[in-house]
Parts: sequence; structure tokens; C-alpha cells
Amino acid sequence: MADTPTVSSQPAKPKLTRDPRFRALVFQVLALIAVAAFFIYIVHNTLLNMEQRGISTGFAFLDRPSGFAILQSLIPYSESSTYGRTFVVGLLNTILVSVLGIIFATLVGFLVGVMRLSRNWLISKLAMVYIELFRNIPLLLQIVFWYFAVAFNLPAPRQSLAFGDLVFLNNRGMYVPAPVVGEGFWMTGVALVVAIVAVVLLVRWARRRFETTGKTFHTVYAALAIVVGLPLLVFFATGAPLHWDVPALKGFNFRGGLTVIPELFALTLALTIYTAAFIAETVRSGIQSVSHGQTEAASALGLSHARTLRLVVIPQAMRVIIPPLTSQYLNLTKNSSLAVAIGYPDLVAVFAGTTLNQTGQAVEIIAITMAVYLTLSLAISLLMNWYNAKMALRER
Amino acid sequence: MANTFTPLPDQPPPPSSVGAIAWMRAHLFSSWVNSALTVLALYFLAATLPGLIDWLFISANWVGDNKDACVSGGACWAFVAKRFEIFIYGFYPLDQVWRINLIFVGLLVLTAPLFLKSFAYKLYLAGFILFVFPVIAFFLMSGGVFGLVHVETAKWGGFTLTLLLAAVGCVGALPLGILLALGRRATGMPVVKSLCVMFIELWRGVPLITVLFMSSVMLPLFLPEGVSFDKLLRALIGITLFQSAYMAEVVRGGLQAIPKGQYEAADALGLGYWRKYGLIILPQALKIVIPGIVNTFIELFKDTTLVTIVGLLELLGMVKSALGDPAWPDVSKEGYVFAAFMFWIFCFGMSRYSLWLERRLHTGHKR
Repeated sequence: MADTPTVSSQPAKPKLTRDPRFRALVFQVLALIAVAAFFIYIVHNTLLNMEQRGISTGFAFLDRPSGFAILQSLIPYSESSTYGRTFVVGLLNTILVSVLGIIFATLVGFLVGVMRLSRNWLISKLAMVYIELFRNIPLLLQIVFWYFAVAFNLPAPRQSLAFGDLVFLNNRGMYVPAPVVGEGFWMTGVALVVAIVAVVLLVRWARRRFETTGKTFHTVYAALAIVVGLPLLVFFATGAPLHWDVPALKGFNFRGGLTVIPELFALTLALTIYTAAFIAETVRSGIQSVSHGQTEAASALGLSHARTLRLVVIPQAMRVIIPPLTSQYLNLTKNSSLAVAIGYPDLVAVFAGTTLNQTGQAVEIIAITMAVYLTLSLAISLLMNWYNAKMALRER
Repeated sequence: MANTFTPLPDQPPPPSSVGAIAWMRAHLFSSWVNSALTVLALYFLAATLPGLIDWLFISANWVGDNKDACVSGGACWAFVAKRFEIFIYGFYPLDQVWRINLIFVGLLVLTAPLFLKSFAYKLYLAGFILFVFPVIAFFLMSGGVFGLVHVETAKWGGFTLTLLLAAVGCVGALPLGILLALGRRATGMPVVKSLCVMFIELWRGVPLITVLFMSSVMLPLFLPEGVSFDKLLRALIGITLFQSAYMAEVVRGGLQAIPKGQYEAADALGLGYWRKYGLIILPQALKIVIPGIVNTFIELFKDTTLVTIVGLLELLGMVKSALGDPAWPDVSKEGYVFAAFMFWIFCFGMSRYSLWLERRLHTGHKR
């Protein structure tokens, strides 16, 4: 009788090492152990090293007096201020240059981006030259160029470049008129707030009317008239309680007005020019992404060119533009740290630079600095994501 | 008699629709707004261009030993000419410069076949250039073997250092970025995934300058006593880790764009994880994101300038330090313009190359 092969009713149990879930588990445990070991090793070495070099740990240094002066501070600061205050001064300076950069870069970037799409050959080529030139040159090089080669070589105060006797540019910085608020100016402020509330109500009313009756209303012009007109009326009714402190040449330098130090001037200029080149490309791709059919459909409906742009093209382009624009804002904020190269007192220069050199507390200071930039990035991301969600396509 | 249709000869187009005049009418003066813009642009060009060209070329000085040679009011290129070797090679001993030149020439000779369509061993050659050539180049630069004089890294500088930082950054960041991107997409491995996400987001959220500061002041603290890294190596580690986070996001974009069917097909063929990604997914994903990868390389190339801040003299640093020479006062514009020109040529070249590559590798997924 032939042997009958024995067939087990159970399929052969696969080897444990072939089970993907088991392998994933093993792999993750290994990864975790490796990372933990790495950090334990580093922390161990660091503690040992710091002990040997006599570096104290902890954040007590933030309360000690700093003993150095800072070129520009938005809050009162002196040499007897603490390192904690140094940190705040640096942070505020970083935020100042970032906000200025973001505003100017957005303006220039949108302008150049639209120019790039102009049907005028010359304008379009000029925009192209701008974009290709500035985005292919390192930002640091541009910063030191504007600072050492341009701002330094500007004429002395007596031979300042003057723009309409209001703005003066010389090798000590840029001098612009400063607003001086007089008595009763608060009423203009109140009028502005009232005007804004009125506009919000007007827009709501106009939208409701449009949705129920289909009649449009010139919201933009009306809103502009209210926002500009009402405060202006109050302003003059209260006797124009605001004058401009115009800088004037006295002795060897300008007195009065607001002074923009050359460092801030050069840094803002470089950040603006560099980032605007990238924003311009973003804007161009955004506008080009709106299919031509949309424009044709709009004109078929009888919309004017301006309304086509405002109601059809721009809202759709913005959806494509906002995410990369957010990255550009993040980049600009991070790039403002290059201030250290020309001595503009931003967070990196005064805190991760001078303070670190004086206290030697590298771990704490670098950790704080990185945490600040992470927080700033997160804040910008959240803000822009909220805006993006508002503008996003709402499918019904 | 049959009527045969004989068309009349074509009329020439109306003179207003051909030639320079028509082109100008269509592209420069199509409406009064456009005409005004054209005039404005022409005025701008007329105001800036002649002066610029005059300064750059016509009244520029090309030869001379010090600032006294530059009297004509134009750019003082004599300064750049005099310092050219130092700008390119840094403080590398001049009698050893042939080693750097050999690397440059070797790289050119090796890369040239990659542009040929008929060359069959591109993959092997690319692998050689990426992974073997750097080792040879390192020993050639550093010396100390085969009877070559040892040149310490502190003497490496100028444009050589710029290229070195960029090349090592690229070669290191690409594989690391791919691994991070794969880790970020590893489903079923939450620990690996979150480690990768943390790594990527942390590096992307901070400025490179703080990373360089960290590598210069904190890395020595991390290491056991007595072990110290070369300054250049520390900067290289910082740059590579930083760029790998950006690279990871670029690659992730490519991985996301591959249709699910490709993954399923690979699974159906019974391919394992590495073969699935190495043979099917990654080649397609990387091809899609070539523009992104080249963009990251361009960013990296520009970011190499930042190492001046931690005291390594690459091209910009070399130019900056040469500006302090009392024999050459007031030549900062010339120095920076020269550095800008060098960077611009390379970055612009890379972006054009990426466009070309994109078109070349477009293997017909267009419908």
C-alpha cells in the first residue's frame, strides 16, 4: 500500500521573522533604543564637559546685568539691564525687521509678479531680469552689499540724499518725519474705530441685500469714504492735532524725526528685494493657474475687467498663492537672523551672539533661540493657515 | 470646357501686421496704459543702463597693483584680478593648487558623459561621482598620503570651499532626506514616523545660522573629552542635517504623487520593502521632484555663504576679508559684485539645467 502523504489541515505557521507586524515592532524598538542611547550619551558628555569647564547650568543668568549697550531697542534698555531684557530687545528687533520685510516684500512681490505677466514686452522682461537676478544671489551677499558697499558709502549728513525735504538718506541712516500726537488726537482714533464698525455693518447689510434681492452695492467706495472721511472730518474739526516732526540738519547731523539706523535699512532692503523675487514667481504661478475659461466666462456674463479680476481671478489665484506665500514669510523671518553679519541687534546677534559669548551658557541660549524661531514659525503658519482655510474652495 | 478652380495668389499681409512696427504695436503700445508703461520703462533703462555699463566695462580698470591704478572712475577690476587666486583657492599653498585643479578637471571629465544620450553606463558613473569620487577628492585635497603634502582644512577657502560645502551637502542630504521621507510615510510604525516628523519640523523651523552656531559651540560639548571635530566638519554636519530636512519634504511630495496602483502592483509582484521602493516607487518619485531637488541644491549653494559667520572663509568670506587690505581702500562694490557674479552664474546655470533635465526625463505621462 502506497504511503499516503499526511496533509495537515493547518497551513504551515509562517516564521515570526517574516511577520510584518512583528518586524515593525522590532524595528521601532531598535530605533527608540538607538535614539535614547544617543541622547543619553550626549547629555552625559555635555554634563561632564560643562562640569569640567566650570559652566553653570540653569536660567539664572537671565537675571544678571548684561553690561553691554545695544544699538537700537524698542523698549528702554541700558547696560545695567538684565540678560532677560537683552533677550526681549533682540526678539522685538527680530519681529520689527520681519514685519517690515514681510510688508514691503509682499508689495514689491505682487507688483513684480503682475509685471511679469504684463502684455507689455518691456515690462515683462524687466520683471524677469529682476527675478532671475536677485533670487540667484545669496541673501547674505545682498545684505553685506547693501550695508558695506552702499549704506557705508552714502554721502555724509551735509550732502544727504533728500527726497522732497522730508526723507533724508546719509551714511548715518535714514531720517523720516515722525508723527507727533497733539491734544485731542484720541477723538480721531475713536472716529476711526467707529468708522470701521460702521463699515463692517455696511458690508453685512450689503451682502444680505445682495443675497435677497440680487442688487449690488458699491461697498468698496462707500467703505473707503467712511474709513477715510469720518476720521478726517473729526481730525480737522478738532483742529488738526497732529504735526510731523520733520528731520532737519543741525550742526553735523539731523535732529528730529525718526531715525532708521543703516543696519535696519540695509537688512530690510535686502530681505525685501530677495524675498520679493520669490513672491513674484509665486504670484505669477498663482495667476497663471486660473484657467482662461474663467476669464472668458466672466466677460460672457458681462462683468467688467476690474470685477473679473476682483471676483473671479484673484480669489482663485489666492488659493494657489497662499501656501507658498506662507513659506516665503517663514523664510523671511528666519533669514532676518542674518542680521548678525552686519551687526543689526536682532535675537541671534544680541542673544545667541553677545550674551552667549559673555555667559558661555551655550545649551540654554541656543535652546531658547531655537524655541523662539520655532514659535514664530508656528505662529505665522497658524495665522496663514487660518487665512487659507477662509479662502479655501468651499464645495457644496 | 471644364471650369478649373485656380486660386488667386496670396495677398501679402497688410504692412501694419508684420515686421518690427507691428511687433512693437502689439507688444509695447497696445493701449495708452501700455504706451505709458513702455515710456516709463525706457526712461528707467536710459537713466540706469548707460551709467552701469560705463562703470562695469568702459571706464573700468583691469590691471594694476594697488588702488592708485584705479583712477578713471569706473570699477576697479584690478583688485579682483590681483586677488583672483585667493578668491578661488583660499589660503591653499599655491604650489599645491594643481591638486584642486585636478579635482575640478576630473569632475568635469567625469560629468561630461552624463549629458550624452548614447552613453550606457550613466548609473554606474553617477554612483562613482557621488560616492567614490568625493573620497578620492578628499585625499587629494587633504594630502598626507601617497607623498602628497598635508594641507590642513583651515587653509581651505575661497570658491573651492564653497563648492566643497555645496557638494558634500548635496551628496549627504539627498540619501538622508530620502530615508527621512520614507520614515515619515511609514504606516504601521508610529514611533519611527513621529521621530522623522520631529526631526524634519525641528530643522525646518529654525534658521540655518542657529544650526551653525549650535554646531560650532554645542557640538564640542556633546562629544566625549579629548575628541574634537574639525571646524569644517562640524559646519558640514550642520548644513547636511539642515538640508536633509528640506530634501525630505521634497521627496515626500514625490512619494505622495505616485498612484496607489504602483504600490499595489509592487506588492502583487511579491517585492519586499526595499526592492519595492528602490525599483518601482523611488525612481518615479524622484523624477517628478527633480525641480524641487535642484531648488534645494540651489538654496544649499547660496546658504554656504553663511559659514563665514562661524569663521570659515568661503568665497564671500574671502572677498570680505580682502576688503580690509589698506592697499585697496573702497573696493567693496567691486568685490561684492564679483562674488555675486560667481554665485549667480552657478545658481542660474543650475536652474536652467533643472529645466533641461525636466524636459529630457519627461517620459511621456502627458495625456
